Amino acid sequence: MFENLQKKLTGVFKNLSGKGKLSEKNIKDAVREVKLSLLEADVHYKVVKELIDRVKEEAIGSKVLESLTPDQEFIRIVRDDLIELMGGKENNKITISRNPGFIMLTGLQGSGKTSTAAKLANFYKKKGKNPLLVAADTYRPAAIDQLVQLGEDIGIPVFTGDRVNALKIVEESKKYAEKLLHDIVIVDTAGRLHIDEKMMEELENIKKLINPDEILMVVDSMVGQDAVNSAKEFNDKLDLSGFVVSKLDGDSRGGVIISIRYITGKPVKLVGVGEKIDDLEEFYPDRYVGRILGMGDVLSFIEKV
Amino acid sequence: MGIFEKFKNGLSKARNTIFKNIKTIFSGKVLDDDVLEELEEILIMSDMGVEVSHEILEELKSRYKADNSYNDPLLLLRDILVENLQKDEVVNDFQQKPYVILIVGVNGSGKTTTAAKLAKMYSSQGKEVVLAAADTFRAAAIEQLKEWGNRLNTTVIAHQKGSDAAAVVYDAITHAKSRGKDIVLIDTAGRLHTKSNLMDELKKIRRVVEREVPGAPHETLLVLDGTTGQNGISQAKAFKEAIDITGIVVTKLDGTAKGGIAFAINHELNIPIKLVGFGEKEDDLQIFDPQSYCNALLGVDEVE
Ligand SMILES: Nc1nc2c(ncn2[C@@H]2O[C@H](COP(=O)(O)OP(=O)(O)OP(=O)(O)O)[C@@H](O)[C@H]2O)c(=O)[nH]1
Ligand SMILES: Nc1nc2c(ncn2[C@@H]2O[C@H](COP(=O)(O)OP(=O)(O)OP(=O)(O)O)[C@@H](O)[C@H]2O)c(=O)[nH]1
Ligand SMILES: [Mg+2]
Ligand SMILES: [Mg+2]
Repeated sequence: MFENLQKKLTGVFKNLSGKGKLSEKNIKDAVREVKLSLLEADVHYKVVKELIDRVKEEAIGSKVLESLTPDQEFIRIVRDDLIELMGGKENNKITISRNPGFIMLTGLQGSGKTSTAAKLANFYKKKGKNPLLVAADTYRPAAIDQLVQLGEDIGIPVFTGDRVNALKIVEESKKYAEKLLHDIVIVDTAGRLHIDEKMMEELENIKKLINPDEILMVVDSMVGQDAVNSAKEFNDKLDLSGFVVSKLDGDSRGGVIISIRYITGKPVKLVGVGEKIDDLEEFYPDRYVGRILGMGDVLSFIEKV
Repeated sequence: MGIFEKFKNGLSKARNTIFKNIKTIFSGKVLDDDVLEELEEILIMSDMGVEVSHEILEELKSRYKADNSYNDPLLLLRDILVENLQKDEVVNDFQQKPYVILIVGVNGSGKTTTAAKLAKMYSSQGKEVVLAAADTFRAAAIEQLKEWGNRLNTTVIAHQKGSDAAAVVYDAITHAKSRGKDIVLIDTAGRLHTKSNLMDELKKIRRVVEREVPGAPHETLLVLDGTTGQNGISQAKAFKEAIDITGIVVTKLDGTAKGGIAFAINHELNIPIKLVGFGEKEDDLQIFDPQSYCNALLGVDEVE
């Protein structure tokens, strides 16, 4: 799958011999192939259009480096733009500045919030912290049981309060955490649609209660064009600190990574790469460019040059 | 509120957000390059995918030339989409007993909720339903199904977490046979289609069903999250290859996603869409209606 674009581009540039300049005319087919590839990766339609305009502008007239062929030079430009769109070399780690610090997880139904909560708690426990999980999904059947079981598996306490009122649970968990000297509190919330005003208001109220150090939206990597709508709405309402992109252990191309960053300006901070407790990683943009573009090897070659 | 009203409401939420009044925008327009580009945008933004979108638009172009009874290119497009969809409903009239429905899909797509919704649908038709808790893997997956069983007053057959999923299925079928129950609904664990060990587990479940009830599973439903992008094709291909899928359930269409990938799957792989989920409650399930779906996908107002 990943060699697809590469092959096409090699074909497209076959007639452009030597190391000549890139021109509107000779990159036309290449531009089309890149555009197609990004759309197949689920990068949002409008983001693709803008990106392509930018690439064209940069490419036309640019001299091809000695060591690169024209197609490689073109791809270098695309790659650099994509990395920049994903946050470039910024360091986007989770930062907790208070004690206890609060992390709040939000997102659409089934995106991976509860799993991520447990994974994060385990991550901090291994770093010598004393995390507390808070079960604030009082809606989905057995959502609280799910977090309780995950907490048991990793030996981390789960605060469940009255199991009925999410706001009350969160409120009480604050005092509980302070009393029992937990230094990090991770709040799992119910999945909800961005257009569900009442449920979005609940999140705003939870946010007010705890003023979280990190408020993350968990986004399924398999999501298509609609990702920008939900991400924008969650960010508008909650002023997110970043995203977690889950389920990247499959074969989705993950174009959503580009779209959500573009539409909100907020970084992806973590990625989920499996159902196991350790399957959570920091996010490095350059690792995902090849996947989103649908080409692997050429990129590592360009990297070296 | 009748079920159909509710379905329309669920979808109209989606409609009103982006494509307000699109019908009037296209009405009276001719199919020139600008209009074609706008239509392409709508199709691609519905997650239909570039290739399928182009194929459909080619059909639109040639049909538009031949047929001048349409003064709204969007409505012709809608009709073409509808014609391109297979119509194949889930069975309501069972000859076999027990009738076995296997429910599969990637993680978090809505399998367990769909199983509960189906249990509700069939029991309200007077059928006796057994739910099989064959997700023995995910934390509290069994408790989730049991809670649905309580709410719906439906039997749930379950073992311990971590036990053999196929054994649960065997027990559920045995239970249904001995009590003369009508339907067995099997809720399986979410799994990414790229994981061969997990796909093998599904094959094993299927083999047990085949062995215990001749002709079963009568339905194997792939539950597809309506927000899914192009990866949906890969999902459908892999599940079809592994255990043969008889229909798609598209969930979460109460949001703003259009679910165009379901159209693409039907188009590319000939798997019909059979049901639509549009909420988290037990009644939020509807038999698939191509016309409503295509209207919602394109943003065509249902009152014409
Ligand atoms: N393969 C894979 N599965 C994941 C990953 N993260 C979560 N899952 C699975 O996705 C499904 C949904 O995850 P949850 O953590 O329950 O999602 P949620 O957002 O809490 O769901 P709701 O509370 O119902 O909104 C479960 O089956 C998880 O095991 C991941 O990174 N990879
Ligand atoms: N808005 C909306 N939410 C839904 C719909 N169907 C399911 N959900 C929600 O999506 C989340 C996941 O649903 P589940 O039924 O647990 O999904 P699943 O496929 O069984 O998940 P795993 O077993 O973890 O793979 C839950 O929060 C459900 O309430 C739907 O049609 N609309
Ligand atoms: Mg959850
Ligand atoms: Mg489930």
